[in-house]
Amino acid sequence: MKFGVLQFPGSNCDQDTAHVLSAVARQPVVMLWHASPSLEGVDAVLIPGGFAYGDYLRTGAIARFSPVMASVCRFAAEGGPVLGICNGFQILCESGLLPGALLRNAGLRYVCRQVHLRVETADSLFTHLLAEGQVLRLPVGHMEGNYFCDEATLTMLERDRRVVFRYCSPAGEVTTASNPNGSLANVAGVLNAGRNVLGMMPHPDRSSEELLGSADGFGIFQSLVQALSAVGRT
Amino acid sequence: MAQPSRPEAPQPTTITPALLKQHSITPDEYAGIEAALGRVPSLTELGIYSVMWSEHCSYKSSRVHLRRLPTKSERVVQGPGENAGIIDVGDGWACAFKIESHNHPSYIEPFQGAATGVGGILRDIFTMNARPLAVMDSLRFGPLSMDANTGPGVSDAVLRRNHAVLEGVVSGISHYGNCFGVPNLGGETRFEPCYSGNPLVNAFALGLVRRDEIFYAKATGVGNPVIYVGAKTGRDGIHGATMASEEFTEGAEQKRPNVQVGDPFLEKLLLEGCLEAMATGAVLGIQDMGAAGLTCSTCEMGARGGVGIEIELDRIPQRATGMNSYEIMLSESQERMLLVAERGREQEVLEVFAKWGLDAVVAGSVLEEPRMRVRHGGVLVADIPNQSLTDDAPLYHRPVGEWKAPVPLDPPAWVREELAKPRDYTEDLKQLLASANICSKRWVYEQYDSMVQTNTVQGPGGEAGVMRIKGTGTPGHERGLAMALAGNSRWCFVDPRLCAMHAVAEAARKVACTGATPVAATNCLNFGNPEKPEILRQLSDAIDGIAEACTVLGTPITGGNVSLYNETRGEGIYPTPVLGIVGVLEDASKAVPSHFQRRGDTILLLRLIGGSTAEELLRELGSSSYAQLAFGTLWGVPPRLDIHEEKQLIECLARLAGAKLLTSVIDVGSGGLAVALARAAFGRGIGAAVTLEAPAPHVPWPDVCRVFAEDATQIVATCAPDHAAAAMDIAAGYGLIQAVQLGTTGGEVLSVSIGDRLVISARLEELDRIWSGSLEDMLAASPVVAEVMA
Repeated sequence: MKFGVLQFPGSNCDQDTAHVLSAVARQPVVMLWHASPSLEGVDAVLIPGGFAYGDYLRTGAIARFSPVMASVCRFAAEGGPVLGICNGFQILCESGLLPGALLRNAGLRYVCRQVHLRVETADSLFTHLLAEGQVLRLPVGHMEGNYFCDEATLTMLERDRRVVFRYCSPAGEVTTASNPNGSLANVAGVLNAGRNVLGMMPHPDRSSEELLGSADGFGIFQSLVQALSAVGRT
Repeated sequence: MAQPSRPEAPQPTTITPALLKQHSITPDEYAGIEAALGRVPSLTELGIYSVMWSEHCSYKSSRVHLRRLPTKSERVVQGPGENAGIIDVGDGWACAFKIESHNHPSYIEPFQGAATGVGGILRDIFTMNARPLAVMDSLRFGPLSMDANTGPGVSDAVLRRNHAVLEGVVSGISHYGNCFGVPNLGGETRFEPCYSGNPLVNAFALGLVRRDEIFYAKATGVGNPVIYVGAKTGRDGIHGATMASEEFTEGAEQKRPNVQVGDPFLEKLLLEGCLEAMATGAVLGIQDMGAAGLTCSTCEMGARGGVGIEIELDRIPQRATGMNSYEIMLSESQERMLLVAERGREQEVLEVFAKWGLDAVVAGSVLEEPRMRVRHGGVLVADIPNQSLTDDAPLYHRPVGEWKAPVPLDPPAWVREELAKPRDYTEDLKQLLASANICSKRWVYEQYDSMVQTNTVQGPGGEAGVMRIKGTGTPGHERGLAMALAGNSRWCFVDPRLCAMHAVAEAARKVACTGATPVAATNCLNFGNPEKPEILRQLSDAIDGIAEACTVLGTPITGGNVSLYNETRGEGIYPTPVLGIVGVLEDASKAVPSHFQRRGDTILLLRLIGGSTAEELLRELGSSSYAQLAFGTLWGVPPRLDIHEEKQLIECLARLAGAKLLTSVIDVGSGGLAVALARAAFGRGIGAAVTLEAPAPHVPWPDVCRVFAEDATQIVATCAPDHAAAAMDIAAGYGLIQAVQLGTTGGEVLSVSIGDRLVISARLEELDRIWSGSLEDMLAASPVVAEVMA
């Protein structure tokens, strides 16, 4: 089993994501350079946070045209697991692998703080070790995290239980006050139709060690590792 | 006597008094230039001298005083004189760190001024092969709203302008640091009327480098190629260093073209490219182009290596067409580096930069002669001995004035009368919590990414930032670094020497609160015009104070920055020395948080045995936040400080943290004990009930001093009730320190009693709302008009 972390010029959470996988989850990791179409036979792709290509024009707008993303799109179409965190989520939306878009935060400012997330579905490679309704404490750090899609898409996402996380209060209530960026229906993470691609704004990479204040995000990596090792055994 | 003419010399320019004035070069200085060259300089050379001999680059007024600072210890690997200081932090790791000002640009163009301030300090760190691990900022602005401290004469327009500067500076810092990918651990943000025309933006950065992989800004090896990498050179920032060495007059906004424009994405690529290039082993020396751009890096690298550098300006990547040699040499375009590579291996280096999409060219080579030689279009345009630009730059022993206390020692009679009356201290506490200098700065620091790189153990909002060093210790118990900034300029106005000592003590104490041992320091000295004897006196006294405090605490100054001429229309700022202290923590998991963690913990006050008399207390109260808010007047002296006693407290805290006896520690700072208790309580919404012993009946005005005085060498700690005795025992071992049990954490109320009199009681939620929302309320009350922000 091997994990691949994409590296764009301007990625700045690539090493953080690789660190969790290698040092905490003890899995083999390779870095995948944006200019190469090769995914080097990895079993899962992680698109880290940062400012790919400086986020010029629009977040993720240039990254989607990189050689590596063409391969990631094929990989995802074949059912390969892809996890996009923060800028990774923005790139997945721009690439059309996930529906919707991430607009500028409602407050028009960058926001970095701990938030609470309610797990809305355990039916995915990324959340099967978590419990539905469970509240996680994870940090956000973004300027464009305000999830938006049209009404029909939202209805479809809700119907198919593809909203994976919602911003909530510490007690798990989905409220306006607990929404850090104005996201539609407090959406913090969504799945594709095949449930193998997850995009999320909060950072599980920053919340996988107790020393850093929360290890609540590690369950997402653990879920993925366990799902893949189960596949490996069959 | 006629000099024998060189075979080739740059074309002399016509020197006029107006030309010299335009370059801020005095007639005496010009005589020095002619003497150094043995001829009349070319215009490019004159420009080069004007930036290198500016106060900003040459420290010509401060150098004689800076020599008094302690700069050595067993940990110091590199002291002042390089791009940043470096200390050994154990396990084969060293850390490079420095604080630098970007005050003048931040006033003219707040967003870009602050952004490029962050960019500049980051390059100083990574040019030494240290990956930036954290940044912090010390910010000073004019007031956002009217209060007793603001005084009369502050118009609505000034408040709005201050608001616009704050917005611009914070978003500039946020924009640059977030994209670059370095966590910002906060720092300090303070407001005083004297900063309305001259805000301060001091940026601190710290990076990690393996002890045996440090790079220096030194050119070596005659014939080796000199490589330029990074942004194309444009016309931005020409004469930035000269601008930073002048007072502002009316129409400062016309200097806007002197402010550089930053591109954090390019800086991120430059970071990765440079670190990768250094890892090839083909790079011998490297320096960033900051103030005075290509000029400074070329002559300084040559001077450090005892060699020369020749560069060919036609090869320099350029953003604008038709730039002349004067413009190219003086441009302060951001995100550029100059490096010397091993001859024959330049291709390896260029390939790394190509991978990162960076412009990189061989722009020249190392000369045997210790000169900076510049060619443009085949013509020699500058040929200057390095020494004359660096070590032989002018050095002034400017007159140091007599110290005269600017405020009376004792309060006016009406204040004494007011103090003798009973007061509602709960109301006073609310006012303090709402005040600009004490209220929560969450609005500021939540705009900064404080967690990227996943090393942040304690981020903004506490006493000090704490980072772990990945790969050291065992997982979850890595080695840690703590860092804090401090500087109380109101105290400095009253007594620069004592205040400077307080700045060292406070920053060190904040670091010690986390359990770390302070090991080294950096300083940013922000003062007015040094040509005024009374201003130079402030600077000289502050340096003496820093020297004494840093010597005793064992925290040598490894570098920093002096920012003079912080005056607008002849109006100087308060003298503002800002200190940054770095501490080492053997096990980051033992870092002590700043806020109450559990209900039912015992609250301890650690302070000095003895203390001041009632009259002394009254004088010390005069420079406190309380006196400013309650009476709007300033008198007296800063609190007493004995730096040896402070050292005892610092050692005691490290010992207590090492024994894992404490659950939280907070410094008693602005607003005194009452505010410290409130801040400790807000973190997790845990209240406290505290009782102070009743004072002797004959002492007047004791209550107010007990709860709001800002005595140094004082912290509030909590521990499990069954650890209290052990903690107090340890404290008793430090002869000068006394530990007193104040009460217990818990409940939803913050209450303070003196003897059996309840003097403060309020619901924590209400206090928190006041403290948390105050800054945003002030901003909402002075909306920035679109035109100002544009």
